[in-house]
Amino acid sequence: MESTAIPSGTKWWSGGKSPFNVSYGKVMMWYFLMSDAFTFGAFLISYGTIRFSVNHWADPNHVFNSFPFAGHANLPLAFVSLMTFILIFSSVTMVLAVHEGHHMNKKGVEKYMILTIIGGLAFLGCQAWEWTHLLTGEHVAMLGDGTLSVLPTTVKMNPWGEALSNTELMGALQKTSHQQLVAIASTLHHGGAEAATHHAASSLTNQELINQIASSGLHATHTGPIAFGGYFFGITGFHGFHVFSGVIINIVMYIKTKLGHFDQRGHYEMIEKAGLYWHFVDLVWVFVFLCFYLV
Amino acid sequence: MSAHSKISSPEITFQPDHSGGTKKIWKIFWVLSILTIIELGLGYFLYDQHGKISEALVLSTKCAIAILTLAKAYYIVSVFMHLGDEIRNLIMTIVVPLVLFVWFIIAFLSDGNSWKNLRNTSAGSRPNQIEQTEKSAHEAK
Repeated sequence: MESTAIPSGTKWWSGGKSPFNVSYGKVMMWYFLMSDAFTFGAFLISYGTIRFSVNHWADPNHVFNSFPFAGHANLPLAFVSLMTFILIFSSVTMVLAVHEGHHMNKKGVEKYMILTIIGGLAFLGCQAWEWTHLLTGEHVAMLGDGTLSVLPTTVKMNPWGEALSNTELMGALQKTSHQQLVAIASTLHHGGAEAATHHAASSLTNQELINQIASSGLHATHTGPIAFGGYFFGITGFHGFHVFSGVIINIVMYIKTKLGHFDQRGHYEMIEKAGLYWHFVDLVWVFVFLCFYLV
Repeated sequence: MSAHSKISSPEITFQPDHSGGTKKIWKIFWVLSILTIIELGLGYFLYDQHGKISEALVLSTKCAIAILTLAKAYYIVSVFMHLGDEIRNLIMTIVVPLVLFVWFIIAFLSDGNSWKNLRNTSAGSRPNQIEQTEKSAHEAK
């Protein structure tokens, strides 16, 4: 598509010219992105090391199986594919904005920057939903003291350990307090009025609650390594922060385009630099998608 | 006004030619989409066949997904970030340092694996710790 006609035998290192043939700002953007790649790489490799060091790790198909407005339908991979396609598409609109910039087409740059900003905001919205869903989730797991509890996924709690056997579940139910049994029984009837089911459950005896829970085919687990939440929220949060700052940068670039700053300057190189950052955010997501959701 | 931008920067000796169209951009969009769909298909295969297929097949499927991810990364950097259109010197100054990742990944993941092996044997425990564990287990009885 774009090639630079370079005379053969050009001596790049003989002095008097840059050996990289791009502006200073662009070289520095590349070096910044390289250092950022090492930061993300170090985070992901640290995550991999801890994951390799334990016998059981949370199965992403169980953790990330929900979709907005789909209730409790089991839809592994669905929501994260939507997020991936949103980011790929916003990358395409970004590269189209850069392309329009090369052709000094102000209206085209404006149009594609708006689309890129919308894509970024859509991605952030998806991530906000996903985090909320995990942080307010209700999963029954057996704590270290052998009792059952209803847990969300946070940086301190990971209810995604190995599944409890039936014997383990029955033993744990006997040890669990009335209050926790009521809480567990309330999670069994999703969709109904939460307060009403909670009230109905609290009037039952422990044995009635245990019978009800045992016959419901409850999927209870051990707790898993707490590192899961820390790595998940830490790395996707750091990536989300990059998306957020990318959206801010893109909004600034849109305003500067609108004000005609780049037309006055005679080139749209700032759009190219913002584009490099935006594509890097997409690049990191490709690896986050691999490490947290696919394998 | 000229239809193409000319960046007047003292670092640019030879101006890049931007006369191409958007055909390649859309082509790469489809390539990335298809690679993602294949990845999702393999991910769904792992979910669907969970517990029914051998460890070796699970591991090789995961490796295949990782290779497809690297292919996506190549297309994003080379085409969307236009690194493929830059001169060799710039490509090398960015790509060569990233080769460090090859060793990082091998070293750290094998360290994690060795940690797991120690966890599953008594090899990683210090003798007095074992004594203490035995003592407390005895007391519990």
